[in-house]
Amino acid sequence: MAPTVLTPAKPEVPARTDDLGPGGGSNGGHRFGDDGSGGYGGHAWSVPARAYRTGMWMALAAIVMLFAAFTSALVVRKGISNDWVRTALPNILWLNTAVLLLSSLTFELARRAFDAGGDLWVVRGTRWLYLTLGLGVAFIAGQLVAWRELAARGVYLATNPSSSFFYLLTAAHGIHLLGGIVALGYAAIIVRKIAAEPRKRIVVDLTALYWHFMDGLWVYLLILLTVRL
Amino acid sequence: MGLAFFVVLVLITAVSVYIFGAHIWWPPHAISTIGPSVDHQFNLTLILTGIIFVCAQLGLGYFAWKYRDRKDGRKVIYSHGNNKLEAGWTIAAAVVFIGLNLIGFQIWAKMYFTPAPPDALQIQVQGQQFAYYFRYPGPDGKFGPTHVEKVDDATGNFFGLDRDHDQDSKDDIVTATLGVPVNRPVELILRSKDVGHSFFVRELRIHQDLVPGIEIPIHFTATETGRFEIVCTQLCGLGHYKMRAFLQVMTEEDYQKWLQSQMAAQ
Amino acid sequence: MPEAHAETAHQHHAPTKFIWKYIFSLDHKVIGKQYYFLALFSVVVGMILSWLMRIHLVWPNAKLYGLDLLSPAGAPGGVMTPEYYLSLMTLHGTIMIFFVLTTAPQSGFGNYFLPIQIGAEDMAFPRLNMLSFWTTFVALMVLLSTFFVTDGPPISGWTGYPPLSAVGSSAGPGEGLGQTLWVISIAIFCIGSLLGALNFIATTLDLRTKGMKLMRLPLTCWAWFVTAVLGLLSFAVLFGACALLLLDRVGGTSFFIPGGLIVSDKIMPHSGGSPLLYQHLFWFFGHPEVYIAILPGMGVTSHIISCFARKPIFGYRAMAYSLMAIGFLSFTVWGHHMFLSGMSPYSAFSFSLFTMAIGVPSAIKTFNWLGTLWGGKIRFTSAMLFSIGFVSLFVTGGLSGIFLAQPQLDPMLHATYFVVAHFHMVMGVAAIFGMFAGTYFWFPKMFGRMMNETWGKVHFWTTFIGVYCVFMPMHFIGVEGAIRRYSTWTDNYLIPMIPVHEFMTIAALFTGAVQFIFLINVFWSMFKGEKATDNPWKGTSLEWTVPSPPPFDNFAGKHPVVYHGPYEYGVPGKDKDYVMQDSPEKIEDDE
Repeated sequence: MAPTVLTPAKPEVPARTDDLGPGGGSNGGHRFGDDGSGGYGGHAWSVPARAYRTGMWMALAAIVMLFAAFTSALVVRKGISNDWVRTALPNILWLNTAVLLLSSLTFELARRAFDAGGDLWVVRGTRWLYLTLGLGVAFIAGQLVAWRELAARGVYLATNPSSSFFYLLTAAHGIHLLGGIVALGYAAIIVRKIAAEPRKRIVVDLTALYWHFMDGLWVYLLILLTVRL
Repeated sequence: MGLAFFVVLVLITAVSVYIFGAHIWWPPHAISTIGPSVDHQFNLTLILTGIIFVCAQLGLGYFAWKYRDRKDGRKVIYSHGNNKLEAGWTIAAAVVFIGLNLIGFQIWAKMYFTPAPPDALQIQVQGQQFAYYFRYPGPDGKFGPTHVEKVDDATGNFFGLDRDHDQDSKDDIVTATLGVPVNRPVELILRSKDVGHSFFVRELRIHQDLVPGIEIPIHFTATETGRFEIVCTQLCGLGHYKMRAFLQVMTEEDYQKWLQSQMAAQ
Repeated sequence: MPEAHAETAHQHHAPTKFIWKYIFSLDHKVIGKQYYFLALFSVVVGMILSWLMRIHLVWPNAKLYGLDLLSPAGAPGGVMTPEYYLSLMTLHGTIMIFFVLTTAPQSGFGNYFLPIQIGAEDMAFPRLNMLSFWTTFVALMVLLSTFFVTDGPPISGWTGYPPLSAVGSSAGPGEGLGQTLWVISIAIFCIGSLLGALNFIATTLDLRTKGMKLMRLPLTCWAWFVTAVLGLLSFAVLFGACALLLLDRVGGTSFFIPGGLIVSDKIMPHSGGSPLLYQHLFWFFGHPEVYIAILPGMGVTSHIISCFARKPIFGYRAMAYSLMAIGFLSFTVWGHHMFLSGMSPYSAFSFSLFTMAIGVPSAIKTFNWLGTLWGGKIRFTSAMLFSIGFVSLFVTGGLSGIFLAQPQLDPMLHATYFVVAHFHMVMGVAAIFGMFAGTYFWFPKMFGRMMNETWGKVHFWTTFIGVYCVFMPMHFIGVEGAIRRYSTWTDNYLIPMIPVHEFMTIAALFTGAVQFIFLINVFWSMFKGEKATDNPWKGTSLEWTVPSPPPFDNFAGKHPVVYHGPYEYGVPGKDKDYVMQDSPEKIEDDE
């Protein structure tokens, strides 16, 4: 067969994946998709939605460990050093924070729209998603402005230990958020497709989970930077 | 096949136990006050682990032999385990392992928790690629400050002393051999010039990393005179294998003479 | 792929094109094999490196023909330089630990057998699975590329301690581009391992078939699951450490480099960093990593010993809980690598106690293996021999850990050959015995053909005696005070030990050579071996219910239902001496 169609699996899942509790001992969730897998050889069997949730939570756990490592590095590095110079945070960070918090709100509005259903839900929901995406891009742009501001002050990555940590933490968060923006773009596209009906929920819900997590992570980092830098 | 297992495990066990028991290869004679207690703890651990080693290996070999399939229609013992036994050996293992550790911990405390006595002879030890240098404070008993920009291996200023301006540095003595008097507490202050090194004298049973950026104190009292090797045990680059110096433990009288001659050579 | 299932209601098409079937496959079985062969290739490279090192140690002037072609500077005229020894040592450690011990037992066998053993058609995220393999592959290529850069591979050991690894080429050859590539390779490897780990966790938790309760999982699955959790939490931290190290190297930051360093007469432009910070981050990963290497071997050993002793595993729950206990404790003990590093001597106390505590679940496992053999009917297949060998090596290697866990003994033994003996025995050779056992056991399932048992036994006996000859003497000279990571014996103290080194080198050359028996056996059997039945070993777990090799979707569209625990051997009152997990018949002892 022609290896052209990259049809993803089509899980038949309840409307909202939150309803699925964590997996118990027996797994009744093995349902098979009903379309061919395409020449790519992807298995056409479905994975229960909770597996995607588990996977996402595990990814978040790894991210937590990464930032925990960075945090402990910051605390230790500051604690032992006699060369620590405070880096004053650019004011635009507060605006960026507001933008990011707002994006979580718009994301929830999108999910509400999907839940409400009706004729216009796709249009409404997608609009909110695009708005979220736009706010995410605005946040990244704002972070770049913050970097430019520091650079204009002559503060670069290697200028002093606190600036190293500032660039490190904002960059690490920014890269992760870029991943979220890509996922959001994918979600916005897939939502319009009738064919991907049950899959939408998983994509939207998990992207939302990731997005809110990135939001919370940023708030944490901002507190860390304010208190410790 | 089961018998082969038994025989091979018996052989491995016997040879290992013999070599350890006969002290064919053995730590060199300890020459510090801390040494005998370290050796004692080592022996205690060796006996204990030796007993476990022998029992486990022979038990494994014996079971492999005894319970081989003889094709005689014997039924296996159908058992999923025994909780009382599990609890028993869990507690036994915990008591033995943790008890052993607690017994030995006072040795560690003596090495690190107790500070060096106030009359200890202070010597700075600097590791660098690939040599050690030792600095004695001289008659004034004070180390002069070091200046990174003054360091120059070519002129022998390994520590970066400014003998022209710093009063305390004037009489500092820098040597390539670590000379110490016998039966007198010595405190070493370890530092590194470039990358990580380590300071290990087997006979002293003293071993400590030299970490760039920090100064680490360590103290000992040598109880016998002689010349002993100081080796670097932290991978430090190309010449790691030849980075070594010597510890010369001398009588008080010899030590003073030696120090005088070193001072004259500055 | 078998076409017999074509009429089932839901069709599952196997990929037809070569590239999708064998290269960028989404099938966990193909990915498992890819990992396995990647590890097999790496282990051959790593072993040849160890040969070169052992030869250099005792015959430093030996001419090694061809080595000068690989590295004209490192081996002019075929004679290795001492610095090239350090390069080879660094790559030997890195390749063996990351690309052999971390990939084969977990990503190789785990990928292949975890889904089958829990009754799933594939891993939870097949695309992620493919991605993690190819990420690992790229990491290996980046690492091997260091052989071909101007200065050669790095010389800072697999631990890559800064400042040596951070200050650049002034610290020595290989510390330039070679070290940078090393850091990048490890960081890439971390990403691949993280993706793999989350896939394993989601698969184990959410894809179990009906009736497969957690307490009915084969112990292999428990081991892979706990290993995945360790990998998820520890590789993220290593990635962080690599990122900081890379920034220190190329970004001019000072996370790990203190001020006032003078390397090769140059004052380094850094200030205030802490080398100990790197050591803490590294060993926070490094100690769980040891268990990432050994836990799957424990799982495989338990699985095989029960099968060939023909009786249930002794203390299944204790075995599962002790895996979890080891996993948990492994995060609390990293400081025992740093007793002499200048960290607070007070924290050594707690690190040491936790380390001793980890001996308790390890002892439980050993007791239970012995308990399983007790009263059994042991069949000495090659897989069983390697499993019993695993127990013996694990005991030997574990007991030397009792010495090293005590900070008061560390001044005597730290950085001596005693440590080399310890970790080679317990995480090196024992883990590799686990892989050998797994290969002999599962080969029929993976390739549909049996391996040659006679040569398997020859392989076992030569290897088992060989590894004891290589690594047991290292304890002795370590106790006497021979220091590791020395490329040449320059001083009088070490020279009397040269005959021991010669013995170990000869033993290593011999033991390495007999591994080619294994390699030939694998590749010969793959094509010419006797055809395997579905269940050649009379095993009970789900992998033995499917054809050898299993079809594309493992269970041909059916959902196995599990009724029993995984180790129902020697059940009284049955005509067969075992009850398969998916057999609906009743057993009195059922939980």
